[in-house]
Amino acid sequence: MKISINVNGVARGADVEPRTLLVHFLRDGLGLTGTHIGCETSQCGICTVLLDGVAVKSCTLLAAQVDGGSVTTIEGLAPQGMLHPIQQAFWEEHGVQCGYCTPAMVLSTKALLEENAQPTVDEIRHALEGNICRCTGYHNIVKSVQAAADKMAAGAQPELMERR
Amino acid sequence: MNPATFAYHRAASVDEAIALLARFPDDGKLLAGGHSLLPAMKLRLAEPGNLIDIAAIPGLRGIRRTGATIEIGALTTHHDLERDAVLLASCPVLAETAAKVGDVQVRNRGTIGGALAHADPSADYPAAILALEAEMVVQGPNGVRVIPAAEFFVDLFTTSLTPDEVLIAIRVPAATPHVGSRYQKLANQASGYAIVGVAAIVELAADGTCAAVNIGVTGAAAKPFRAAAVEAALRGARLDAAAVKGAVAHATDGVDLLADLHATTDYRARMVAGLASRAILAAAERAGA
Repeated sequence: MKISINVNGVARGADVEPRTLLVHFLRDGLGLTGTHIGCETSQCGICTVLLDGVAVKSCTLLAAQVDGGSVTTIEGLAPQGMLHPIQQAFWEEHGVQCGYCTPAMVLSTKALLEENAQPTVDEIRHALEGNICRCTGYHNIVKSVQAAADKMAAGAQPELMERR
Repeated sequence: MNPATFAYHRAASVDEAIALLARFPDDGKLLAGGHSLLPAMKLRLAEPGNLIDIAAIPGLRGIRRTGATIEIGALTTHHDLERDAVLLASCPVLAETAAKVGDVQVRNRGTIGGALAHADPSADYPAAILALEAEMVVQGPNGVRVIPAAEFFVDLFTTSLTPDEVLIAIRVPAATPHVGSRYQKLANQASGYAIVGVAAIVELAADGTCAAVNIGVTGAAAKPFRAAAVEAALRGARLDAAAVKGAVAHATDGVDLLADLHATTDYRARMVAGLASRAILAAAERAGA
């Protein structure tokens, strides 16, 4: 079946099998491998993307259901070679260990900060309940979200990624 | 992990969804948020040949109050219920229940209608739905009918919806003065589903005694149930800890409880009693005790 999904600001048409999951459409169809696959049972949250601005698990959505919608993946957060302030905050606060859950954590953070610009620690932990970090690096992830909230409040813009 | 192959249909109206169900009587299945059905399809526990997506049908999402009744569209998401000002003010137990479903991403997609029609024995809503004596508004080829909550849940994953009907709305009564409510849940730490969940709604008389109490229990048996013996024992009583503790000891009398990997029947019985006690006392406090 033919579908059209706006992905990271670009309309992407495709002819897919109805059973194609959104995560496979993004990774295999469009080569956007920043969206990871974890448990595949709607629990770990690794496959989180934003659908019309809202955090969703792309392993539990058919690409067909998203026909006509707008999806943001980690690749769409900042222009190529630049880091969004949330990504910058995760880097600076070491909110990353193995990195596997990070794209999803960053996108869930974006959805949270759009709804609640200055969340408390409790609100941050509650908002990330659907994102599992198997390194259990939650403490620095929470610090990263707080730092990201401060950066966003100060009007931070995407920055060139410095290779150190 | 892909579902088996199927044909996908997007219904633009309830009538079209009903027509599609009639066209595929053997293997048609409605898809709303998809957060119960798609996981089942990925595990090949369900293999419908025709998926009928009703998510785009206009008019089925939202909450509105008319007089003493609150009507919730079947496509309203858990997230919408959790934050809705009308529910928070006039039916807080349902908003409180919605907030305990799954996690943020699941609540963003999953719908109350989908969850109820799926009738998972470990789902959260049935406890409050039974305690509220909610009404299910369903539409079929012969028009609209209303199913009382007490007649809706039939068995494991089975409701009294006929195969050609669509659940379109849920009606609950708006809370009156001197009524308090509470949902208490023991969640499976991995899945978030209720190992046991208890909703209590307490109405206090002018003298502070219990005028009425409704108790709905989910997760404990193949289908949710009312703890009728507890309700009867507490009617007219003063809701102190001792009276409640005595009454909840009979919460699961005569009920065939589930046993599984997560909890034995004995553990479930004790959890129902414990959570019922907490729910009743908290509801009574909210009612102004």
